[in-house]
Amino acid sequence: MVEEHDPLAIDPDLTTRILTGFISTEIQRAGFERGVVGISGGVDSALSCFLAARALGPENVLALSLPYRSSSPESFEHAQMVIQATGVQTTSYDITPMVEPYFEAHPDMDQVRRGNVMARARMIVLFDHSAAFEGLVIGTGNKTEILLGYTTLYGDSASALNPLGDLYKTQVRQLARAIGVPEAIIQKPPSADLWAGQTDEGELGFTYADVDRLLYKLVDQRYAPAACIEAGFDSMFVHNVVERVRQTQFKRVLPPIAKLSNRTVGYDFLYLRDWGT
Amino acid sequence: MPTLKLGLAQINTVLGNLDSNLGQHLALIQRARAEGADLLIFPELSLTGYVLQDLTPEVALVPNRDDPVFGQLLEASKDIDLVVGFVEAERRHRFFIAAGYLSGGEVIHIHRKVYLPTYGLFDEGRFFAWGDTVQAFDTRFGRFGMLICEDFWHASPPYLLWLDGAELMILISASPGRGLSHAGRLESAQWVERINQAYASLFTIFVAHTNRVGFEDGLNFWGGATVFDPDGSLLVRGPDHEPALTYAELDLAQLHRTRARLPLLRDERTHLMSKELTRILNSSRTLADRS
Repeated sequence: MVEEHDPLAIDPDLTTRILTGFISTEIQRAGFERGVVGISGGVDSALSCFLAARALGPENVLALSLPYRSSSPESFEHAQMVIQATGVQTTSYDITPMVEPYFEAHPDMDQVRRGNVMARARMIVLFDHSAAFEGLVIGTGNKTEILLGYTTLYGDSASALNPLGDLYKTQVRQLARAIGVPEAIIQKPPSADLWAGQTDEGELGFTYADVDRLLYKLVDQRYAPAACIEAGFDSMFVHNVVERVRQTQFKRVLPPIAKLSNRTVGYDFLYLRDWGT
Repeated sequence: MPTLKLGLAQINTVLGNLDSNLGQHLALIQRARAEGADLLIFPELSLTGYVLQDLTPEVALVPNRDDPVFGQLLEASKDIDLVVGFVEAERRHRFFIAAGYLSGGEVIHIHRKVYLPTYGLFDEGRFFAWGDTVQAFDTRFGRFGMLICEDFWHASPPYLLWLDGAELMILISASPGRGLSHAGRLESAQWVERINQAYASLFTIFVAHTNRVGFEDGLNFWGGATVFDPDGSLLVRGPDHEPALTYAELDLAQLHRTRARLPLLRDERTHLMSKELTRILNSSRTLADRS
């Protein structure tokens, strides 16, 4: 439970108001009225789905459940709870036949490679349904995973707009609780569910509660790493997180273009996406 | 003593589309006039949108009758005074973030933004030239001053307007909302409201702030227009995060009553200020002034 004076505490009504305004405005400015969300059964996609349903109306949101044969049945059940609670449109597609032939052709693939392929297969289905449903893909990546680079490039990180990207995982949980996401989804250990028994915190080696407090100091409050250690964070933990953020910067920017001309996309051809709208 | 009915138009804008934004201005001007407003205030860059970047030269205007946009606004200003936000193009092809005060079919005053935030999420200094004057001006209602957003994040421009005789400070913004916390308002909104109230109190002056609403990509603009009176009391507050036309009736005699009670302007030691400022600027220990 987030304490009132916790620096990560947020006002849920204000946050919901800004994020639903962002979703409806940015989708309309792009010329659409509808949205597509991939729902995994986890808290991030549940929150995105709730926000999208509120912003666009549930009839204008398509929730896609995209299980693989090893996905936990609990994930699917939780996805169904989100669909039921929000009343959004829904479809389900098993990605096993998409990815299995590729896995069979590459029997030496480790779990991470397989997980990345699955995340990208889901991206293909999401963006195809984006075209079919005439709705934009609404992202589910939170600030913690974006900063840690704990995401598959062009996989789960791919979206047309992302309402959650400036909320730490702790804040996602707080907003999810306030907006009515079922408690079972909020309480369970976060997992990408790419292989049996995978949990985010097990894989990362630290808890979201700890890393969110550290990232808030480092990123939002601009504390130097040494000052974080002085404030009581474990020195190995601080160095690990700082280095992880640095090494994953490539996931947070577009690929660099080699500059040759006087005016180059990304350097001195500067327009918002909302240009003219 | 007269009363002045202000309209604060916290609008959304279409980024880089002058015609569309002008249409919205004219519709609101008509409404405010019908509802008895004397002065209608639009936010910063109300005719263009905020994050203009490379659109800047394309939407720049010369504020006179020959300009098709200003021609229509000046015509509309014959019955109601207007403050509009725009990009001003001048002869040497510099572009300014500007506020225009229009009245009786004339441009009464132009203020060019003197502080261009170029840090954090802001990049104004990359695209715009810095204004270099802060002056109050006379209107048919009294002596006013105008400042644009970052101008009043610094204390000196409001201070100068005060000394220059302004009775109403017209502050306009396109202020991106930021600073989420457990509070029900964003930190940026709280901060701006706090300093506006402080200016009204310290300078015993009316302070009217109009900020835009809507989104540009991921930026939200929080609205929340306010008017404070010379006692520092809140007269009106527009809603946060939604378009609105909020009215405030200013009893201009309040200036007299407040200043009779609290003669801060009379007692301001301007020569002391000037002497010490000169000493500080001449001292080798101070930061170089950017003029």
